[in-house]
Amino acid sequence: MRAAEGPRQPEYATSPDASGRSGRNGGSWRWTIGLLVAGGLLVALLLAFFVSPFASSAPDGLEKVAADEAVDRDERDHALAGGPLADYSVRGVHDARLSTGLAGVIGVAVTFAIGGGLFLVVRRSGRRGDDAASPVAASRTPTRT
Amino acid sequence: MHIPDGFINAGTSAAAGAVAVGCVAVSLRKASRDLDDREVPLAGMTAAFIFAVQMLNFPVASGTSGHLLGGVLAAVLVGPWVGALCVTVVLVVQALLFADGGLSALGLNVLNMAIVGAWGGYLVFLGVRALLPARRSSVVAASAIAAALAPVLAALLFTVEYAIGGNGAAALGTVAAAMVGVHVLIGIGEGIITALTVSAVMATRPDLVYGARGLMAPAGWASTLTSRSTLTSRSTDEAAAASPLPARSVR
Repeated sequence: MRAAEGPRQPEYATSPDASGRSGRNGGSWRWTIGLLVAGGLLVALLLAFFVSPFASSAPDGLEKVAADEAVDRDERDHALAGGPLADYSVRGVHDARLSTGLAGVIGVAVTFAIGGGLFLVVRRSGRRGDDAASPVAASRTPTRT
Repeated sequence: MHIPDGFINAGTSAAAGAVAVGCVAVSLRKASRDLDDREVPLAGMTAAFIFAVQMLNFPVASGTSGHLLGGVLAAVLVGPWVGALCVTVVLVVQALLFADGGLSALGLNVLNMAIVGAWGGYLVFLGVRALLPARRSSVVAASAIAAALAPVLAALLFTVEYAIGGNGAAALGTVAAAMVGVHVLIGIGEGIITALTVSAVMATRPDLVYGARGLMAPAGWASTLTSRSTLTSRSTDEAAAASPLPARSVR
């Protein structure tokens, strides 16, 4: 393919995947952004529901070091430790694995909703800010929460 | 890596919170220029994915586990500004809904994981990428190396925070050595997970990978003459699959 293809290379270079064109004649299948996002979310949900119940329950690096070195001497309970989803379990669901898996699914959904909502607002503020420069975007930061 | 309430004193936590708010504000402003419509759902998905993978603690040593922090992963996929916001969203959800990471320590955690991971990690990524040939595989390799380093940087920053305002009486050197030691191991996992994820997206839509942008744009003579060494052209197989014309020339 080396020499024969040389002259055609610029053509590929100027029609990257982003152009939205695909080899329809070749019947090739293409990852649209929607498919990629759906695929990523599906993987996240599957990991959260099916894999996270089997994750290591050993203390993480910081917790271990803190316990070994008495860094945690003054540790306080989390202010929201009584919440319905505290410690990645759903209150009222007594099967530990199901409880963790459901908490994970809820977390993925909530994170996607909050993240997507935040980025939508950021995107719109950026568009409006194109003319009036950045103070517009900066002034919108309180809407984050 | 989520600091609970009480590890670091209130004054230091509050100061870290103020710095974190500033960093998030900068990220928000910069992100508003980075984001286009197609990246909004992609960035939301990145945050959700990191939430899920952060739940997957893997064993690293006897009685110790670690999990992905995700800052480098987010930064390579959607850029350091949006990436820092992705991890920040994850940390806020974890602190408010799942009682993971103290409320008073939220600023510390945002600095250690979101800002160090996405900003610092992305700088490391760019540095490593610049040393490697302009190939797709270099994007994956650079993200793996930067991701492996990110937990160590976070561990070092925790040690600094502990030095400034730590409760408890542990010797600094001991804390630093223990934190770095275990986070070198956690970094291996971080690097592997990041590399796998980045290479999966590079294999599907490399044009959407922020960290591959400089390499994807047609860049001077190199892209037109020796396209095999650049990222501007598809690889042989992809080119063959995508268009009937090169498919003929290949065979």
